[in-house]
Amino acid sequence: MNILGLWNYWIVIALMMIGLYILIARENLVKKVMGLNIFQVSVIMFWVSIAKVRGGTAPIVPEGGGDVLYSNPLPHVLMLTAIVVGVATTGLGLALIVRIYEAYGSIEEDQIREMDRAEE
Amino acid sequence: MIEHLPALQTVLPLLAAPVCVLLRRAALVRVFAALVTWSCLAIAFSLLQEVLRNGAVSYELGGWAPPLGIEYRIDVLNAYVLVLVATMASVVIAFPLAGRELRIPKERFFLFYALFLLCLAGLLGITITGDLFNIFVFLEISSLSAYALIGLGRDRRALTAAFSYLAMGTVGGAFILIGIGLVYQMTGTLNIVDLGQRLPPVLGTRTVWMAFAFLVVGTSIKLAAFPLHQWLPNAYTYAPSVVSAFLSATATKVAYYVLVRLLFTVFGFAFVFERVQLTALLLPLSLIAMVVGSLAAIYQTDIKRLLAYSSIAQIGYMTLGLSLANLDGLTGGLVHLFNHGLIKGGLFLVVACALSRVESPRIESLRGMGKRMPWTMAAFVVGGLGLIGIPGTVGFVSKWYLVLGALDKGLYFVAFMILASSLLAVIYVWRVVEVMYFSDEEQAVERHDAPLSMLLPTWVLIGATIYFGFDTELTAGVAEKAAAYLLGGAS
Amino acid sequence: MKISGMRMREKLIVRVIARALIPFILLFGLYVQFHGDFGPGGGFQAGVIFAAGFVLYGLVFSLADLQRVVPWPVVELGVALGLLLYGGVGVASLLLGGNFLDYKVLDSNDAMQGLHLGILLVELGVGLAVSSSMLAIFYAFAGRREAR
Repeated sequence: MNILGLWNYWIVIALMMIGLYILIARENLVKKVMGLNIFQVSVIMFWVSIAKVRGGTAPIVPEGGGDVLYSNPLPHVLMLTAIVVGVATTGLGLALIVRIYEAYGSIEEDQIREMDRAEE
Repeated sequence: MIEHLPALQTVLPLLAAPVCVLLRRAALVRVFAALVTWSCLAIAFSLLQEVLRNGAVSYELGGWAPPLGIEYRIDVLNAYVLVLVATMASVVIAFPLAGRELRIPKERFFLFYALFLLCLAGLLGITITGDLFNIFVFLEISSLSAYALIGLGRDRRALTAAFSYLAMGTVGGAFILIGIGLVYQMTGTLNIVDLGQRLPPVLGTRTVWMAFAFLVVGTSIKLAAFPLHQWLPNAYTYAPSVVSAFLSATATKVAYYVLVRLLFTVFGFAFVFERVQLTALLLPLSLIAMVVGSLAAIYQTDIKRLLAYSSIAQIGYMTLGLSLANLDGLTGGLVHLFNHGLIKGGLFLVVACALSRVESPRIESLRGMGKRMPWTMAAFVVGGLGLIGIPGTVGFVSKWYLVLGALDKGLYFVAFMILASSLLAVIYVWRVVEVMYFSDEEQAVERHDAPLSMLLPTWVLIGATIYFGFDTELTAGVAEKAAAYLLGGAS
Repeated sequence: MKISGMRMREKLIVRVIARALIPFILLFGLYVQFHGDFGPGGGFQAGVIFAAGFVLYGLVFSLADLQRVVPWPVVELGVALGLLLYGGVGVASLLLGGNFLDYKVLDSNDAMQGLHLGILLVELGVGLAVSSSMLAIFYAFAGRREAR
């Protein structure tokens, strides 16, 4: 098994773990959104990298046709949708954070938890 | 037009959402949204009838033939889930919005309806589509609108609840996306039926095992299966009660449908239950969910949180039915999908009724309400009986099938646990009933029930829990057909 | 908006360059939009590029200036109309006897022409919806800050 030959997976896994770690370990909500973004990007990189055909070019039919090796365009198109989903998630998450800041005066999760506990 | 019903099922609510934004006037938008939702119900019913009569329906989007194009494919299983989702949406949309539970002013109510219709479109889309990536897209549409709907709750903790649901839900969605990618890598197809045929030769590879793990964990997060349920209690507690009613009755149910579809149609019975031995993992977790969820519910002081923890226990029943993987067990799981939707939707609507007269959702504040709001509280009692599983209610029907399924496998311990967790349900339901009816305080009681416009939708759901306790043709009958279809098609 | 002690709108160079760049950004957005028929491009990318032009204007000048150009109701309308245009093409092909989003029936004589028209309109709807939603997100955040 050629471990180094699968380098695209190493990058994906590294990014994924970085994202998950930030999401779990950071108290700051904006940093959590960043972690979420990195996590999503790793998934998108994974999809795009599996679409690559060695020696293949962009899937545009050349003038007059002809026998050309293409990369698989489908994953790219699908990831376009996934990116849009990611943007929507980020937008909604940040909008919630703005509201949270207005309601609590803080975006640190431990402080927010403290305030909730004091209220009960 | 009749052959286009599958497309209209999702397109109608999806396009109605922007129309809501254009109409703007709250009263107008409400009537419009209700009409759209009810036509969705009519479409779902006619699809179910069509499927029961003539077998699976297939619809090619854009006229591209599957497996290359996106296919909407409706068989007994998803027609059944479509009816559930559309029914719940139809009842909830009829329930008047209470301004005091929402953070937006009345002139922005049209946004609530737009979000509601988007969420409905997403849920119906997940159910109806025959394409894995399409499932992901619709899952995100429904989830994103669900986060926003939860964030509309008046309490500021609704915001943090929505945010943590967003974080968990996005990770779940990304896991599903990775799983789909791995499966696509191995087979080159995204069509569910096509996958079912192309996967078997490569089932032994580690890639497919990884895909299986990612997909199961991802859907379990959306399903709030124990121990991935952390987002659920806060989300249901602080969301507006109407939203809790809708989401508890549909969102987790649709995630359950996705799990069933993946396990039986995509990966197949032999791989899931004989090679991976999913039962060994899912069965203990379901039992723990049943007990821990019910125990946690007993100790809650907030009635919405109590119902939320009870949901976790009830989801345990559903995954239990799945892990039994025999005809009775799977029927029990599927029928509980519908029954629990009715019960929990009804109970959250009861809370919404109560909150129209009571300040806080704390159980304490319901003291003596049995006399003040007799119809509302009676609805709670009937729904609670269904949650316990008293004979004559829908809860009994599903537990009956589950016990049969457990006994069929010789798992007497499991059958015993089902009964034991029902006893725990007696305790938490009784705690509320006791406060409502048997408190000592003798105050001058004046009858002041919720308005009829609220009571009517509530009693439609609560009445249905009794009706379907006796007439099980639509629920258990169809669920059994679906279970037989899944097991027959897989083994 | 302060950069090194000076308000952004007082920085002459930034203002002049932004003024010069914005028309080209919008033009490039339109190019990507209509190039989507034949090659890489399309509504998603074009919508974002188009919105970026407006956002740049809002950043360099002020939110109030931008909102005079594109008021909030227009943005809301754009989101709704974009989605409706996209769905409307699907429904139109439904009414003309094809399946949902089957553009081939849009032109009764030439299926190729129908495909062309369908994808053009759908991408237009997508572009409108995407650029409006990007602006809506920008307004939602920037507006909060100026309100304080």
